[in-house]
Amino acid sequence: MKIKFPRWFYRLASPRWFYDITSKLLPWFTIIAFLLIVIGTIWGLVFAPADYQQGNSFRIIYIHVPTAILAQSCYMLMAVAGAVGLIWKIKIAHIIAKSCAPIGASMAVLALVTGAIWGKPTWGAWWVWDARLTSMLVLFFLYVGVIALTSAYEHVASGDKAAAVLALVGVVNIPIIKYSVEWWNTLHQGATFKITEKPAMPPDMWIPLLIMIIGFYCFFAVILMSRARTEVLRRENRSDWVKSLVERY
Amino acid sequence: MTPKRKKRLYIILALVFGAGIAVGLTMYALSQNINLFYSTSQVANGEVPIGTRIRVGGMVVKGSVKRSKDSLQVNFDLTDYGKPITVSYTGILPDLFREEQGIIAQGKMDDQGIFQADEVLAKHDENYMPPEIAESMKKKAESK
Repeated sequence: MKIKFPRWFYRLASPRWFYDITSKLLPWFTIIAFLLIVIGTIWGLVFAPADYQQGNSFRIIYIHVPTAILAQSCYMLMAVAGAVGLIWKIKIAHIIAKSCAPIGASMAVLALVTGAIWGKPTWGAWWVWDARLTSMLVLFFLYVGVIALTSAYEHVASGDKAAAVLALVGVVNIPIIKYSVEWWNTLHQGATFKITEKPAMPPDMWIPLLIMIIGFYCFFAVILMSRARTEVLRRENRSDWVKSLVERY
Repeated sequence: MTPKRKKRLYIILALVFGAGIAVGLTMYALSQNINLFYSTSQVANGEVPIGTRIRVGGMVVKGSVKRSKDSLQVNFDLTDYGKPITVSYTGILPDLFREEQGIIAQGKMDDQGIFQADEVLAKHDENYMPPEIAESMKKKAESK
């Protein structure tokens, strides 16, 4: 089995090339993320209609859902990057995986906190041990474990490997989070967005939500690239291109 | 792929697959315990132990909410469209509590077959809509 990828795909693995291309991409993603989040926030918090049952407290969905989706996507990216790093021994993959973990952990915390704030007025409880909430908490612990393992070793490569293995084992949790509301009786409601169906709310409610989700993805890309660039410089600090880069400043 | 990489790929696939099976079996074994609440039919059929703390989930039956005049005590019927049960609760109900709303009550079954709740949580679904649309949908349903 021999698959040929285009040349840019192989160059992606080079830390230097990654550093150069992200310096071009970064400003664009920053602008788009900023615009989308500003538009989405104002639209969602001011112009979108209130819910017939929950009134205005439902508006926290515009933060809660994007952070929750991102916490899971970020985990998948981290696990896939970890697997690529383990199989092909690509440096940049481990750098990506390492940079993902703190971002995902923050997103998971945000999702849990906004969920609790939403839960108190609507359900009547800050926290309930139902399957969705518990599996989300497990996701946060997995992130913490990955962060800890990455930096627990003397050698960078050993830490990367151990963290990648943990990230891969934890992938089991992702379908559990996603389907928890369908497999078991939970207090948490069903998914807001399903790929196969139309969203169960009118367009002036879901369009701002979609804008927020895309905005958060762009924001995630910005943070991820920035973190990965710093990590590239740190790990490649003996190479000539990094030395000459440092000398220029 | 070189044989070495192929081997590593298989090891990783086996790892993820193995972890999936292990967790899947655990979940399957625990499936009844992971459910947050029992349905009212299960409770009415006596599938739940009397005197232990459990959660019951269902819809509040229309016209069944009876509030006490001099205290916060409230009685209402809960149904899953099978067998209903009567719930008694003293305290402040969540904002979303209303007739035909899904709720979850935590408490114990007493000897008279009344569920003595010490906590009531409101459940809502993912069908968010503006008040005007909810109003017009209600009118449509009534005119049918």
